[in-house]
Amino acid sequence: MTATQDRPAAEIGKDRRRKEDQRLITGRTRWTDNITLPGMLHLAMVRSPFAHASITSVDVEAAKASPNVVAVLSGKDFGAELGVCINAWPITPDQKTPNHSPMPADRVAFAGEIVAVVVARSAAEARDAAELVDVEYDELPAVIGIKNALKDEVLAHPDLGTNKSALWVFDSNEVGTGSDVEAAIETARTDGIVIEREYRQQRLIPAFMEPRSVVVDPTGEQITMWSATQIPHILRFALAATTGVPESKIRVIAPDVGGGFGGKLQTTPEEWIAWAVARRLSKPVKYTETRSESLMAAHHGRDQVQTLTLAADKDGKVTGLKVHLDADLGAYIAVVGGGVPVLGAFMFNAIYKFPSYRFECQTVLTNTTFTDAYRGAGRPEATYAIERLMDELAAEVGVDPLEIRERNWITHEEFPFTTVAGLEYDTGNYEAATAKARESFGYDALRAEQKERRDRGDRVQLGIGVSTFTEMCGLAPSRVLGSLDYGAGGWEHASVRMLATGKVEIVTGASAHGQGHETAFSQIVADRLGVPFEDVEVLHGDTQIAHKGLDTYGSRSLVVGGEALVRAVDKVIDKAKHLAAHLLEASEDDLEYKGGRFTVAGTDQGVAIQELATAAFAAHNYPEDMEPSLDADATYDPVNFNYPHGTHLCAMEVDTETGAVKMRKYTCCDDIGVIINPLIVAGQVHGGLVQGIAQALWEEAVHDDAGTLVSGSFVDYLLPTSADTISFDVVHTDEPSVCTTNTLGTKGVGEAGTIASTPAVVNAVVDAIRHLGINDIQMPCTPERVWRAIQGSKAGGATETPPDAMPHFAEGEANQQSHEGALDQDGAGQ
Amino acid sequence: MIPVKFDYLAPTSVEEALAALGEHGDEAKILAGGQSLLPVLRMRLNAPEVVIDLGGISSLRGIRDDGDAIVIGAMTTHHDVRDHALVHEHALLLSKAAAEVADAQIRHRGTFGGALAHADPAGDLGAPALALGAQFVIQGPGGSRTVEAADFFVDLFETAIGEDEILTEVRIPKHTGWGAHYEKFVRVAHQWPIVAVAATVKGSIDEARVGLTNMGSTPLRASATEAALAGATATEEGVREAAELAAEGTNPPSDLNGAADYRQHLARVLTARAVLKAAGA
Repeated sequence: MTATQDRPAAEIGKDRRRKEDQRLITGRTRWTDNITLPGMLHLAMVRSPFAHASITSVDVEAAKASPNVVAVLSGKDFGAELGVCINAWPITPDQKTPNHSPMPADRVAFAGEIVAVVVARSAAEARDAAELVDVEYDELPAVIGIKNALKDEVLAHPDLGTNKSALWVFDSNEVGTGSDVEAAIETARTDGIVIEREYRQQRLIPAFMEPRSVVVDPTGEQITMWSATQIPHILRFALAATTGVPESKIRVIAPDVGGGFGGKLQTTPEEWIAWAVARRLSKPVKYTETRSESLMAAHHGRDQVQTLTLAADKDGKVTGLKVHLDADLGAYIAVVGGGVPVLGAFMFNAIYKFPSYRFECQTVLTNTTFTDAYRGAGRPEATYAIERLMDELAAEVGVDPLEIRERNWITHEEFPFTTVAGLEYDTGNYEAATAKARESFGYDALRAEQKERRDRGDRVQLGIGVSTFTEMCGLAPSRVLGSLDYGAGGWEHASVRMLATGKVEIVTGASAHGQGHETAFSQIVADRLGVPFEDVEVLHGDTQIAHKGLDTYGSRSLVVGGEALVRAVDKVIDKAKHLAAHLLEASEDDLEYKGGRFTVAGTDQGVAIQELATAAFAAHNYPEDMEPSLDADATYDPVNFNYPHGTHLCAMEVDTETGAVKMRKYTCCDDIGVIINPLIVAGQVHGGLVQGIAQALWEEAVHDDAGTLVSGSFVDYLLPTSADTISFDVVHTDEPSVCTTNTLGTKGVGEAGTIASTPAVVNAVVDAIRHLGINDIQMPCTPERVWRAIQGSKAGGATETPPDAMPHFAEGEANQQSHEGALDQDGAGQ
Repeated sequence: MIPVKFDYLAPTSVEEALAALGEHGDEAKILAGGQSLLPVLRMRLNAPEVVIDLGGISSLRGIRDDGDAIVIGAMTTHHDVRDHALVHEHALLLSKAAAEVADAQIRHRGTFGGALAHADPAGDLGAPALALGAQFVIQGPGGSRTVEAADFFVDLFETAIGEDEILTEVRIPKHTGWGAHYEKFVRVAHQWPIVAVAATVKGSIDEARVGLTNMGSTPLRASATEAALAGATATEEGVREAAELAAEGTNPPSDLNGAADYRQHLARVLTARAVLKAAGA
């Protein structure tokens, strides 16, 4: 096709400001919490202060007598209509799965679990009355921390008989994708290098900006639920599957949603309780959590102990990798709880050619908030482990960390490449990304400065960290999910509606919560259909409008949903072509489609697709073998994941006197295939980087020995702001390795920054003080941990310090906690 | 988050405020900017029946010259303290510390007197006020009295202000021409200090005054360091040696951000840095 002359430069690749920003930034839009319905009642939850306890009685009389209270209900007041919270991904057939009631009547299994709900005419009255509900508990021993759970001495759920939920294993020797890892390790022990490490993925809290909120309106034929969720379609399915209401009687709406990061990839007790209360009282109800409730009871992320063995020959060529994960599920197995660490199974081998690989994941139950997806979900953990190990291997061999990677990575000529984990990487160019990152970073100059500071014995040492990540994204080929026993598919759906006036509505089953789909999808349609960007409207997030969909997570919306959209658009063009041929009295074979216009080759005759939409609407003149409509749907099931990759380089300064760490420079060169909107990509990368850097340096959810969340407010759970970060140097390869499994050639980018950055930062911190004999700092790398590591390297061991809590807000309020030793990998509390 | 219901009073004079306080006693809380009180109320960690807002009393705002001292009205915001010419000239340390309080939004809302009366040992203003020998003017039903800084801070969140009294102004003896630096150690910018050191130095060095933030249940003076610095020359070695004494007599907390021994180490390191910067060395 020749270049089009009758419209401006292509939309794809253009820095479009986001359509949705005006309403999102000013807040002049519909969030769940600002929905007010006639006669609406408000809910407040009564939550257990104990991590594990029997509920002996619930006295609701005083609360019921409180002003404007309509009802107070506890677990025993509900029957089967309350439903259950589901685990959609049992990772093994014999997985031990505790029953998860949205509101248990007999026993609570984590601090923050809901034991009663107060319904009142205002949120304030509900909150006041909630304090009057008198619950008596018999406290039970609580198991906190992975290593304690593995001992099986105290059980999170005594009826299960064990805390061990499931063991999931992948072995390249058994599957035939590689050789025996034990043999490789054996060989390396006598004639090579074996690196054994235990790394801790601390527990994190997604901390989205908008707290979770739900409104249920039971009036009308369909019961409507508005929820601040990433997954309206999965939510609707789960409500139907567990509460006895036919799916056709349920409408779920995710209005504008203020961030998720995986934290709203959940079907929550709060949603189920609101649903049951609204149905029982036949009144609309609303529940919006407080930030304290959100930190305590919305699902947490990560929380693994990684036991790793890397075998290599003397030149640093890796011969095998053995991974054992112990993953903390918390008290219940959330919707994809067990599956998150298992997703990592396919990514520990990263960009490398490992001949042998074994992965085991033991999931455990503890009396803590349940864990589930958090930006990257399984892949950041894997990337962290292998990228930390590659730096350790480089140190062992005595070569530059980039050099050790080059000795092991898949070269660009070797694609497509089937990995030891069984995935087929279609394209990639690690050499190009690394070369560009290296140049932009000023790698050699920073290495020289590092040496100079080290030689000088400068108080502030410089370290350089490398992370050459890849990830699998675009969740997911449905057959692959089936083989992993996941409870749904991974396709996506799109519709294109050609309106009578020539405007275009597109409907996507992806459910944006800040990503900018409305803008990026409009750009795609504008180019593909040849209509102005402004003429495209993107609809989503309402099951009455977007009736089919699998929602937004796992960097899937563009690469799966965008492909569905492309296919639906192509069907529209096919239909339009048939109509155009009829109206132009020409053969379809003689028609050319350019810039939104069909022309008859060799003539000046033509018709625009927007005119055809009007003609189809009028339906005065159309072929007998077609319906008078140009609208089309497509459901696309991806044939493969896609594999963005990049080289991230980080320079950190470490003040050896205080242990304070400071970022000096961060460069990333990501290869994400074709870029639809560079501005949106930059936003995703910047935000993703900060989230990953925050795991390395700041964020940690800490429970005390009794299971109380110590980091229960933003005073103690440290989220960074722009004041704590630097300007990142974000570049892309000059010639991206285009994805071959979708039409647009795109790869996911939503999680890339988060996946890549954490090991780059920790590698840099460790690199700055490696000469002092240090080879690890536990995350988050607090100044105290760094300082103690340095002290330990001088004195021969880290000093344990006694706890001596001192509250910030009020005396006796346990919101701060004792400290763990710097090198302690997993204490009793974590 | 929704606080427990309370009555809100907005007096327009100190006398009116004192009368309200007298009437409601310990059921009342003073709102003086609200940057600490409001989170406490919203998290339901405290539930006063009456909140008395001093924001409408204009006589409590402003900074004036009073001969050998400057006088800061209790309801003057951190922002105004930071930027005021009199503070720059005569109590530079306060300006430096006020600049480090939380973030810009809080500095425009939070007040000098409110923060000092709250007496959070991790608050940024206690240590400099102590180091500068501030005098606290406290008004009660029987009139005004003045309390020296050393006697003002009693314990964690506890001051010499009686239940029926209000802090009206703080007199800061002039330290004209003294160098000053506030060295604050945090992990993220908006955090309370893990440890901070407020140092102000006359000459190089005739006299040094050093206050410590978050090193005990009240703001503290690093007296041993001050003594060692008096009359010393501001060399790096000399200052570091004196700073080695900075943690003497401290009893810092242990929490997620650091154990007590680490904080004591920080106090020594940060004291040296603060004094050197204050001395312009």
